[in-house]
Amino acid sequence: MRVTVLVRPKQGILDPQGEAVGGSLRKLGFAVGGARVGRLVDLEVEATSSQEAKAQVERMCEELLANPLIESFEIEVADA
Amino acid sequence: MSIRPRIAVIVFPGSNDDRDAAWALGALGADAHLVWHGEEALPRDTAAVVLPGGFSYGDYLRCGAIARFAPVLDAVRELAAAGGPVLGICNGFQILCEAGLLPGVLRRNRDLEFVCRDVRVRVERTDTVFTTRCEPGQELTIPVKHGEGSWYVDEDLYGELEAAGQLVLRYAEDCNGSVGDVAGVCNEERNVFGLMPHPEHAVDPLLGSGDGALLLAALVDAARGRTLATA
Repeated sequence: MRVTVLVRPKQGILDPQGEAVGGSLRKLGFAVGGARVGRLVDLEVEATSSQEAKAQVERMCEELLANPLIESFEIEVADA
Repeated sequence: MSIRPRIAVIVFPGSNDDRDAAWALGALGADAHLVWHGEEALPRDTAAVVLPGGFSYGDYLRCGAIARFAPVLDAVRELAAAGGPVLGICNGFQILCEAGLLPGVLRRNRDLEFVCRDVRVRVERTDTVFTTRCEPGQELTIPVKHGEGSWYVDEDLYGELEAAGQLVLRYAEDCNGSVGDVAGVCNEERNVFGLMPHPEHAVDPLLGSGDGALLLAALVDAARGRTLATA
């Protein structure tokens, strides 16, 4: 089952990378208010249901893929 | 004659300050052993551990995030739980944070610059085994070289750590945007310590500063004390 994890810098946490990207876009003439840079992880997970896949990936996020001090995550399970 | 206590310096794929750390510890009276991360046990009679600087596992995902699963880390946790001193330098600090042995996380420097220069750090606490040779408030000159050394905790945790006396070193000048200008933190039990500056690069005045030797020699003292106590 294909599962996508989106990891984002938590709200309120300074994201210098996002600021640099936002600044560069503005320099190019784009009307960009803010930019935040996170991480995307595509996974192929063995599971019998999307609930099971989601539960597994949630554990993966808690144990490795995201650092709860500074990052939030969102899990998307692709329709089978 | 005083004994040379055994200190393990862990080598991860991507470590690059392991040899400097081992050399410095040897010069300061320790019997330093390089130990591969795949080992499941530390050498017999290991009294302390150093996690060196570098880019373990290519800094993939987050700095230190993958190294914390290295087989040898279980043995390091055991030693720490038994009160043995564990020092993490730069990437070693990042690993200890990711492993949950130290509070907080090291993030990308605020100004996105890789900072590589001598910095002055102030010793806030001398009641750890790593700072016994320092005076309270003493300023040390030690080099830093990192892109992801901005230490972060939220306000609540920061207050708790300050009250518990776990904020051991602070930059005397702004360095990377760390919360409270913190450069080094210890655990509650005060036997695990991580810092971004590299004391192993400052053990000989010929190379600019010998101040790092104060921290490493204190670690060697502590390791020797443990070795004698268990002999």
